[in-house]
Amino acid sequence: MTYDLKLRVWRGDASGGALRDYTVPVDDGEVVLDAVHHLQAREAGDMAVRWNCKAGKCGSCSAEINGRPRLMCLARLSTFERDEPITITPLRTFPVVKDLVTDVGFNYRKAAEVPAFSPSAAQPQAPFKMAQIDVERSQEFRKCIECFLCQDTCHVIRDHEDNKAAFSGPRFFIRYAELEMHPNDDGDRRQLVQQERGLGLCNITKCCSEVCPEHIKITDNGIIPMKERVADVRYDPVRFFRRRQGNPS
Amino acid sequence: MTDHEHHAYDVVVIGAGGAGLRAAIAAHEAGARTAVICKSLLGKAHTVMAEGGIAAAMGNLYSEDNWKVHFRDTMRGGKLLNHWRMAEIHAQEAPERVWELEQWGALFDRTAEGLISQRDFGGHRYARLAHVGDRTGLEMIRTLQQRTVSLGIDVFMECTVTDLLKDGDRIAGAFGYWRESGRFVVFEAPAVILATGGIGKSWQVTSNSWEYTGDGHALALRAGATLVNMEFVQFHPTGMVWPPSVRGILVTESVRGDGGVLRNSEGKRFMFDYIPEFFKAETADTEAEADRWYEDKRNNRRPPELLPRDEVARAINSEIKAGRGSPHGGVFLDIASRRSAEYIQKRLPSMYHQFMELAEVDITADPMEVGPTCHYVMGGVEVDPDTGSSLVEGLFAAGEVAGGMHGSNRLGGNSLGDLLVFGKRAGEHAAALAAGSAGAGSAGAGSAGAGSAGTAPKPQEEDLAAAGRRALAPFETEGGENPYSLHQTLQATMQDLVGIIRTEAEMQKALDTIGELAQRIEHLSVEGHRQYNPGWHLAIDLRNMLLVSEAVARAALERKESRGGHTRDDYPTTDDWWAKRNVIVALEGGAVTIRQQPLPVMPPELAKLLEVSQ
Repeated sequence: MTYDLKLRVWRGDASGGALRDYTVPVDDGEVVLDAVHHLQAREAGDMAVRWNCKAGKCGSCSAEINGRPRLMCLARLSTFERDEPITITPLRTFPVVKDLVTDVGFNYRKAAEVPAFSPSAAQPQAPFKMAQIDVERSQEFRKCIECFLCQDTCHVIRDHEDNKAAFSGPRFFIRYAELEMHPNDDGDRRQLVQQERGLGLCNITKCCSEVCPEHIKITDNGIIPMKERVADVRYDPVRFFRRRQGNPS
Repeated sequence: MTDHEHHAYDVVVIGAGGAGLRAAIAAHEAGARTAVICKSLLGKAHTVMAEGGIAAAMGNLYSEDNWKVHFRDTMRGGKLLNHWRMAEIHAQEAPERVWELEQWGALFDRTAEGLISQRDFGGHRYARLAHVGDRTGLEMIRTLQQRTVSLGIDVFMECTVTDLLKDGDRIAGAFGYWRESGRFVVFEAPAVILATGGIGKSWQVTSNSWEYTGDGHALALRAGATLVNMEFVQFHPTGMVWPPSVRGILVTESVRGDGGVLRNSEGKRFMFDYIPEFFKAETADTEAEADRWYEDKRNNRRPPELLPRDEVARAINSEIKAGRGSPHGGVFLDIASRRSAEYIQKRLPSMYHQFMELAEVDITADPMEVGPTCHYVMGGVEVDPDTGSSLVEGLFAAGEVAGGMHGSNRLGGNSLGDLLVFGKRAGEHAAALAAGSAGAGSAGAGSAGAGSAGTAPKPQEEDLAAAGRRALAPFETEGGENPYSLHQTLQATMQDLVGIIRTEAEMQKALDTIGELAQRIEHLSVEGHRQYNPGWHLAIDLRNMLLVSEAVARAALERKESRGGHTRDDYPTTDDWWAKRNVIVALEGGAVTIRQQPLPVMPPELAKLLEVSQ
């Protein structure tokens, strides 16, 4: 059944902008991204929005819907009050390019800083032998679709531009965790993630886990174990002594 | 040269899906200065949507499996129209390409022995697909993306190529615009690899994303290359049909590989009524045998639900037309009554999640409703099987945009392998060609040295100006048509008239409409300015969609038989004469032309492998 949906969409660019009101006919069973597409096709052809798969698999259509970081393709209209307008704004943590599109380059710069997977000396060449139970922990983090909603919601950088240089954010903490827990990686990125990537700035409020569309337990399974492993290496008395000797390990 | 932003490379790869990234890695490792250009952000390409797995005869579960069996399955799945050499190379090299992903950090699901797990899929004799749950494409793209980034390869994200540039008969580079700013950018390169994927956005019900507008197919045609097998479009049998927001979205074949069956409104497992003669000897004809097959493949034949996709899609189509469909115009795909909830969640986590979130259906308790969705184009740029080179010097193609590998129908799982195997080859050969031509980027001091090398091809000034004018035309027209409406008309036309079942009269009608649309596209208007303007981007992409849609319709009109992803009501059977011919599409003097070409002749030792072993 078709009905008229009220949408309030932030329109503008880096120089400024405002919420604009629209009314657009939608069908039962549609999602917010459908409404945005109808709007583009009918009266806002130049409205900027990112999307690709429209099935919650690519992580492109991230936005803030009624203030909450979400994927527009997974936000079913049936879960909203019909007579209430739905407000869509761009991700707040990243600079606006235009309308709902933000400059997410921050995340790509942080990705480039991650030291790559390095196979162990024991099994340097694939095919590797690895047990299912041993790959599962890292597999959870590799479900990440890089929608960057966790980055957007993280209060360390959400309203603190100055923290961005020294903070990789939850998406990349689980990337470091994934490599750390990979059964055949022999890299040690624990000092790096603590000292230069800002793991210590996270005070485990779990906002990232709440917004993750893949339901990855970012904090419980990724960040907290990483903090524990960092503690192992940093506060191990033997290592502590060796560091004092000017021989960090 | 113009004041456009200007870059010089040895190898420019257009597209950052599996084929594009694998090609870029190969070109980089061969020493070429390499750039990747993609329309979306890195990691969002359509490969990310691939679910089932990568077909590779590693023999981890069935030691009887080897490249010869895989070759045979691929050829038979394509109804023997595949380029035999591509199918051979693919079957031989796929295992190495999978292990390479593991070497770069991919984490596939494991067997009890700790090897890469392999799953069953349609048309494959043995459990053969390396996978990660049902999100294999994500694992593949992330692995390749991370490898690309760690090698420091230049990636131009959200950048669209609108024209290829030539110097005489040779490729000289590419012209495009930044989506973010709308500014033009020129890439000078002696070797360009097309890795742009498919064409599905010209149909209404499709599993494809907005990027799938046939850019590479159209760029190749306009640059003077040829396309092969364009009449063959794969309608995946199982797309979601409800709710409307997800119509067309893929439901992985793994559901059937893992035990799911198709039923009509009467509850009947109807696929037993649709086993074609060609596959009779290798397909179970009773439910009991089919059900035993999952556990014992040596003594039982494959369930008919796992026939190649063209067969299953046609069967579903027939059931719906006969009035035995589901409430929302599909059929039922049932795994809930056949496997435990735990097994389903473990093997198909992404499907569970997708139906729960998008349709409020719990697939561990209720059947899914599914129907055919436009998924993949077998046709593409005619390439040399070993190098990926098109007929134009310096122009290569790999992945879905290349034709030949899959013949008239692609087996599930063979796409991801195709991307890796032929992406790597195209990257290596493009790098070699660039090295030989003293290309722009390798002239010594990077772009500063561009143009100093005597034999490097150079883009022509007038071509740059013309490309810029074409791109900006929609801003010049006042009060013209809305590109979104024109796109909807094209989609409806292709859906209704050049869909799963085709007739001459309908395709003629489609061509008439496409002709009209080609006139109307000259008078599109877009609002706003050049900065991140989707209406403008669509207006540019429509050019490609129209050209490629015409190529499909003309090729489909030419082939007067039914085979694989091309079914004609007016020529309902396969034809021996057509079994030996390809349809080739070219663009000559601005017009799409069609000719027939004999199939390459298969060496007798390979032909012998095709005989049915059961």
